Amino acid sequence: MKILFRNVAELIERCESEGVSISELMIRQEMAVRERSREEVFGQMEENLKVMENAVEEGLQGVKSHSGLTGGDAVLIQNYMKNHTPLSGNLLMDAVSKAVATNEVNAAMGTICATPTAGSAGCVPGTLFAVKNQLNPTREQMVRYLFTSGAFGFVVANNASISGAAGGCQAEVGSAAGMAAGAIVEMAGGTPAQSAEAMAITLKNMLGLVCDPVAGLVEVPCVKRNAMGASNAVVAADMALAGVTSRIPCDEVIDAMYKIGQTMPVALRETAQGGLAATPTGRELEAKVYGINLKSE
Amino acid sequence: MKFKSVFDIIGPVMIGPSSSHTAGAARIGRVARTLFGREPKWVTVHLYGSFAKTYKGHGTDVAIVGGVLDFETWDTRISTSLELAKEKGIKVHFEEEDAHTDHPNTARVRIGDDDGDLELVGISIGGGKAEITELNGFELRLSGNHPAILVMHNDRFGSIASVTQTLAKHEINIGHMEVSRKEMGKEALMVIEVDQNVSDDLLRELESCDHILQVAKVVD
Repeated sequence: MKILFRNVAELIERCESEGVSISELMIRQEMAVRERSREEVFGQMEENLKVMENAVEEGLQGVKSHSGLTGGDAVLIQNYMKNHTPLSGNLLMDAVSKAVATNEVNAAMGTICATPTAGSAGCVPGTLFAVKNQLNPTREQMVRYLFTSGAFGFVVANNASISGAAGGCQAEVGSAAGMAAGAIVEMAGGTPAQSAEAMAITLKNMLGLVCDPVAGLVEVPCVKRNAMGASNAVVAADMALAGVTSRIPCDEVIDAMYKIGQTMPVALRETAQGGLAATPTGRELEAKVYGINLKSE
Repeated sequence: MKFKSVFDIIGPVMIGPSSSHTAGAARIGRVARTLFGREPKWVTVHLYGSFAKTYKGHGTDVAIVGGVLDFETWDTRISTSLELAKEKGIKVHFEEEDAHTDHPNTARVRIGDDDGDLELVGISIGGGKAEITELNGFELRLSGNHPAILVMHNDRFGSIASVTQTLAKHEINIGHMEVSRKEMGKEALMVIEVDQNVSDDLLRELESCDHILQVAKVVD
């Protein structure tokens, strides 16, 4: 197998020595590993981009999950933006609304593209379609955004974990937010090294985040965690573009995330036994959900 | 490396809500269907760990059955698979297990009909990716670094030779190979890791060799 990078340090080193972007290196690796042409690889990613666009569009129209726990928040945020100037800024709230839209569609069993997972599918497209309005990227740059995200996700998935059951929410939304941060930096014209800093800064601030879904559903708190993951990514990207660096190198942050995940109690790893799932209201919602859902028994 | 493609990370395109509990589960079910080779009459699924605790909320049950019905992760029919299975007269049964497994998202899937059955253990390792760790009581040890071919066959002389000769004819190099059997002369399994990609035509050719029961590609 023709692997071009196994960790973030190798990824950045290779980008710098060959004078290419992270997205380009990811595309080349994919072509080599899969023995496929550039057109095929690029075309498949463009299909994924279309799925993301459709999901955001659907979510912004307003959807409701079967359980009734989530849906409609993306619409609320968009309406708020029309009538007010958001304190946190238009771009940030736009990213938040589009991340929420994606995860609301996911919760409603709609069609989404996992990035890297379904529960964390909002961060990458949410930030992409918000940043797009300010940076005016070409279609190619938008597809490249997904390759850059994929490069960071590839490293995390192989060296740590992207599974909430294995590593908690930090492994899912934490990874997704970090991937998005790295991609924002590249789209904004930052260097590969700055992308890695943005990824590190984002993931550092997601460490320890547990996976505690109410009733075991990918709804509460998953939808809002994607909102915060997206905002975390935008802020970290801005910090990295400003020249701020992470004192702990990106690969070590990823490794720390992995080790924290391994020591996380099972009750906080997607079993719906602890955290928010075990609060009085969480338990009440759970009983209500399964009371309604008896048809699947 | 467990994740080889960028599309393991950006993808799959799928029906929500969970990549590991829905898409990965559907893939485990679909591997069982592919290996079994036909629509079964009954399906029994044992769920462990997080699968056992949260399968209803995540639709793990509908996903596995959807996979057994040969649906892809993005097929919207997944959400109605239990009803579809009922219409087809397929008996579906789920068991929640307390036993501790190595991986938190583990499912043991048994499917069959009047002519035979198949049992496998699958784990969903995140992002919609699944691995098969056991097949018909044979433990699978796949490095995951190369495409692998699974060959269920009868334990007769010449069956291994005919498979390797066919691979040689197509200039496919074997990197690692294991053979095992339940009992002398009974059901046996070849696990072959190869360096080149394996086409569907080649799989069909292998299946036509003497004493070969089923052939499948596990690592894509």
